[in-house]
Amino acid sequence: MSEAIIRRTFAVIVDNEPGVLARVVGLFSGRGYNIESLTVTEVEADKHRSRITIVTNGTYQILEQIETLLRRLVPVHKVQDLTTDITTVERELAMVKVVGTGDTRVEALRLAQAFGAEVVDASLEHFVFEIKDAEEAVNRFIDLMRDLGLVEICRSGVIAVARGKEAI
Amino acid sequence: MSSEQPLQTGADVIIKALKDQGVDTVFGYPGGAVLPIYDALFLQNDIRHILVRHEQAALHAAEGYARSTGKVGVALVTSGPGATNAVTGLTDALMDSVPVVCLTGQVPTHLIGTDAFQEADTTGITRQCTKHNYLVSESDRLAHTLHEAFMVASTGRPGPVVIDLPKNIQMLPCPVYVGKDEVQRDSYSVPGSGDFELINQAMGRLANAQRPIIYAGGGVINSGPRASELLRELAALCGVPVTNTLMGLGSFPASDPQFVGMLGMHGTYEANMAMHDCDFMLNIGARFDDRITGRVDAFSPGSFKVHVDIDPSSINKNIRADLPIVGDCTAVLEDMVNVWRKQSLSIDEAALRGWWGKIDAWRSIKCLEYDQPKGGLIRPQHAVQRLWDLTKHRDDVYITTEVGQHQMWAAQYYRFEQPNHWMTSGGLGTMGYGFPAAYGVQLAHPDALVIDIAGDASILMNIQEMSTVKQYNLPVKIMVLNNEYMGMVRQWQQLLHGERYAESYTDSLPDFVKLAESFGWKGIRCTKENELDDAIQTMIDHPGPVFFDCCVEKLDNCFPMIPSGKAHNEMLLGDSSKEEIANAIGSSGAALV
Repeated sequence: MSEAIIRRTFAVIVDNEPGVLARVVGLFSGRGYNIESLTVTEVEADKHRSRITIVTNGTYQILEQIETLLRRLVPVHKVQDLTTDITTVERELAMVKVVGTGDTRVEALRLAQAFGAEVVDASLEHFVFEIKDAEEAVNRFIDLMRDLGLVEICRSGVIAVARGKEAI
Repeated sequence: MSSEQPLQTGADVIIKALKDQGVDTVFGYPGGAVLPIYDALFLQNDIRHILVRHEQAALHAAEGYARSTGKVGVALVTSGPGATNAVTGLTDALMDSVPVVCLTGQVPTHLIGTDAFQEADTTGITRQCTKHNYLVSESDRLAHTLHEAFMVASTGRPGPVVIDLPKNIQMLPCPVYVGKDEVQRDSYSVPGSGDFELINQAMGRLANAQRPIIYAGGGVINSGPRASELLRELAALCGVPVTNTLMGLGSFPASDPQFVGMLGMHGTYEANMAMHDCDFMLNIGARFDDRITGRVDAFSPGSFKVHVDIDPSSINKNIRADLPIVGDCTAVLEDMVNVWRKQSLSIDEAALRGWWGKIDAWRSIKCLEYDQPKGGLIRPQHAVQRLWDLTKHRDDVYITTEVGQHQMWAAQYYRFEQPNHWMTSGGLGTMGYGFPAAYGVQLAHPDALVIDIAGDASILMNIQEMSTVKQYNLPVKIMVLNNEYMGMVRQWQQLLHGERYAESYTDSLPDFVKLAESFGWKGIRCTKENELDDAIQTMIDHPGPVFFDCCVEKLDNCFPMIPSGKAHNEMLLGDSSKEEIANAIGSSGAALV
């Protein structure tokens, strides 16, 4: 069995009921699996269903375990592996606070424009940029801001949806 | 006279739902947060309540009841300490896939989160040790939740379910009731029959095998008695050897010549050697537990492995399956038998004869043989052997055990012919399991002979239950193989820790005969081989509960044994020299527990 560590994104549709997130998170912590990012919110209010997007990593065998263990939970309707067999659109939103004056401030703004980030708050000494992009682009933008007065980062975690007309 | 019905409360709905589920026995212990349910229980006669003396015992008793009947076992405990005491039993039921529903009281909804008296976050605490759990915060959901809990507990891979019931929900008027047939859960589904094409392939592979083996586990028993019948049918058709896990004992008759005994750490030499050397393995309802596989990378290295399991997450968890079949054992076995018959499959006879020749050679080592000096101290193996000899003519014997050496000796020397007659804590290894499980079995089978084969240390873990048994006059028998040690701990200390017996001597044991008498039981003691049969017979013949203190050889070890970290073909046999034993287990093996 291959011991290579693979990264994978799962979409999980669950009943939005008390404790459901704890069940999912407990499955990971109880068995020593990793969570790189996790987002959750209700997506179908009439049916009380939430969508959880989990980015995780592990050996092929562990990822297979994670998928079957998620399916085993009573409030879980569907589990979709968004990495292996299908192509997906992934997005992450970040808000980044950058403090500075003079050239660094101008440089920060220029880079933000180049990355398609928006200014959502500003004063004479700071910007809050909002960037919405694939995770790697968000990473690159944040790395560039480190030398330009970055003081605070806030990230949503990855959300992802399969390309094409089929629904989960 | 008023025709007005008294208002139906939440507690009434709970009782009604239990009755609809066919519950006749509830194991429980009252307390503040469940008083309304006890009140409702008091006012009816269909459900019998068994008052345990500790909540852990309520869960184990419910497990014994469930495993001997195939029905759901039910426990009822109060909030806070009642619920936390139940945690060990819930975890035990989870590990061994036992269908149990546990009702826990909870403080009223408006007090939840205030650190109220006897408040505990029961759903939080039990989330990881149940198949599913519920907190009922609206009366309208009561009936639905109860029925759903029974469905979840008993279907698919069975397991424990907790329903946390705030006291005000029990007391409030509850006009809503739904019947059990109206309840379904969209997100919950269970596998039924397996993929027919895969079953076809599996049978084709079996027919072409040179050295096949069937390895059957507790899943066959959980699937219902029909699965055990089908397993016998399949084995008879193809003529291959069959081994059982600890949990699977009884799914295949021990007296059948095709049975090679239990496998695993203390399994037979022939079963483990056959597992190691086979070229085709059909795993039905077993989960490749570490006590079965030994060293994973040396486990049955040359075999094609078919794994049948109702739980997809069991597949490829420990051992990679070449051909996984997700499905219920009964349905899969039915299809296998049909495929074999319809296609008139058969195994190469010469190859199978050669394979059996090898197995018979391993058998001839007689790995379970022991010397019993006439009139001398009783060997523990002999005590179980004689118990079997003196009871084997009956088909109503149920054996439970605690955990340790005695458990392994019971598994090795008592021979099981039928499913659901053997209850032991396999996955969690819970000392204190066997005694409450035994009276749980006895309540379901009032006229049966139910014996807890116990150790002197384990039995003390739930000894208070002697009072429960007396209260209901249950004819449960406890047979303690008393060596004054936590025997398995002592054995490991001898083999792995330089004979430093840290805390494994059970000092200050009570006089068990006097203890028995003080609870109103019959107590007997026996110390010599030539008194053993009489003592066992006295125990069996006595119509009430009996505590049999069977004093055995103190330093006997449980063999054969696959040392941890070793492969199936590296077993230690009973006559292994001290040096062999000392050299058998490296420090990496010692860390494996």
